[in-house]
Amino acid sequence: MSELTTKTIADLRDGFRGGDFSAREIAEQFNAAVAAARVLNAYTVETPDDALAAANAADKARGNGDLGPLAGIPLGIKDLFATEGVDTTAGSNILKGFRPPYESTVSGNLRRAGAGMLGKLNLDEFAMGSSNETSAHGPVISPWRRSGSNVGLTPGGSSGGSAAAVAADLAPGVTGTDTGGSIRQPAAFVGISGIKPTYGRCSRWGVVSFASSLDQAGPMAKTVRDCAILLEAMAGFDPKDSTSLDLPVPQWEAGLSSDLNGKRVGIPREYRIDGVPEEINALWDRGIEWLRDGGAEPVEISLPHTRYALPTYYIIAPAEASSNLARYDGVRYGLREEGVKTLDDMYGATRAAGFGAEVKRRIMIGTYVLSAGFYDAYFNKAQRVRALIKQDFRQAFEQCDVILTPTAPSAAFGIGETTDPLAMYLNDVFAVPASLAGLPAMSVPGGLDGQGLPLGLHIIGNELDEQGVLNAGLAIEERAGFTARPEKWW
Amino acid sequence: MSVSKDQVRHIAKLARIAMSDEEIERLVPELNGIIGWVEQLGEVNTDGVEPLTAVIDQKLRLREDAVTDGNCRDEVLANAPEAQHGFFAVPKVIE
Repeated sequence: MSELTTKTIADLRDGFRGGDFSAREIAEQFNAAVAAARVLNAYTVETPDDALAAANAADKARGNGDLGPLAGIPLGIKDLFATEGVDTTAGSNILKGFRPPYESTVSGNLRRAGAGMLGKLNLDEFAMGSSNETSAHGPVISPWRRSGSNVGLTPGGSSGGSAAAVAADLAPGVTGTDTGGSIRQPAAFVGISGIKPTYGRCSRWGVVSFASSLDQAGPMAKTVRDCAILLEAMAGFDPKDSTSLDLPVPQWEAGLSSDLNGKRVGIPREYRIDGVPEEINALWDRGIEWLRDGGAEPVEISLPHTRYALPTYYIIAPAEASSNLARYDGVRYGLREEGVKTLDDMYGATRAAGFGAEVKRRIMIGTYVLSAGFYDAYFNKAQRVRALIKQDFRQAFEQCDVILTPTAPSAAFGIGETTDPLAMYLNDVFAVPASLAGLPAMSVPGGLDGQGLPLGLHIIGNELDEQGVLNAGLAIEERAGFTARPEKWW
Repeated sequence: MSVSKDQVRHIAKLARIAMSDEEIERLVPELNGIIGWVEQLGEVNTDGVEPLTAVIDQKLRLREDAVTDGNCRDEVLANAPEAQHGFFAVPKVIE
């Protein structure tokens, strides 16, 4: 039996349908790979029986031709998605032992498409972080290492377990969520693809809330095609989410085309910022040439409020988080600290024990910017600047079809290397503007840096134009020839 | 603007997070670092700009005012740290 864990979702699907191998063989190989890679700490819960049950159902259905689009494909699910009867912790001690009696819409959609679940994937606590170091389950260790070094690197975050699982062949595809770069930055750090769709494409129902006006689910996988396959299964209107878009789901896989003739690619001059390594700007320039080679015409554009995106985000996201996380009160689910006298003391003690340092910091910032006397100066000001950032993109898309930038300002860094919160926030400098504007955006691998670590290229599209983003991503994928894999040490 | 120790203690109280004096003292410079940094938004002229409320334009949907679920008390209580007689139980609040 050949190594099935290195195959793409498209190849697994076609091989399974063609009778080259069974769904059970796929699930067994991934289950074994997951169990053998615990040192990476990518999974918080392993569910091999779930993967096998879905595989058995797929093998049975293959005979009568009644197959869902993801029949035979086992997936990893970020532990921010509620999964019925399976621990859902959001990487936090405050949700320790929480077993939802319901399934999130997105993971339910994947199940209905035939997918099985390999397990739940580690993440930064409540998705607040860019390195997966804030998880109550401990950090994820990237399968990648710098050449000639065995220093442990972060896989990025917050979808760090998701990223590591795909890069280490512990799942052919996974779900991620992206509030301010949490799919794209980790995808870039481990040399895989990941797309955040337009806000509202994927239902937020059953996804543990962080910042509701920004949170969006999306897939991460080895290739652009695999991302298209997964996104098609995840997306769709859901009456249970008031911001869900009531639109049909396009056939993104069938629509894939790397022919970019007649397309214009915007290159925003404000994304050339100080302190970004020359290698990253050089890769950006190569990306421009690859898209030109695909038929597109590069045009310089301006997004004048770019430098205000991060400070805007760090008002709005903590404000929404402080409100969303008020529900963790020790009464209805999760942790409760006993041994205190009053109800108020129980709230305070429970939240002190249950939340980690970064989550507390963001709740404190959010509470402050929403408090009496400061609401207008901070929160309303940020929402006004957000309107200007949105307007920047609206004007830019009058001159271009997609925008190309680097995904992150550095390659993966070492565990414990970045301790200053503000320095950590800067990781998402290129990712956050598209989040604030609700736009689809994806990261695709572009090459390796001088230390042998992956770097990503970032494509931002206009509202609802996931197809344009995927097609530009495909054009880069075909030309970058990125085949590097982490050397197996685990 | 910057926050004092007393203000941080007040914010912690509003957020219902119990904090020791040591923690409060450690948070004062951290929060001031972040607050000072976000205050660069003051440079942006936002006169006449309405705060953004919906990132993708769409109408809020209305639905039928009909009961669509219920009868799931035990499921609702299943994850409670303490439930008694079909209710959530909390420490006594009235002497």
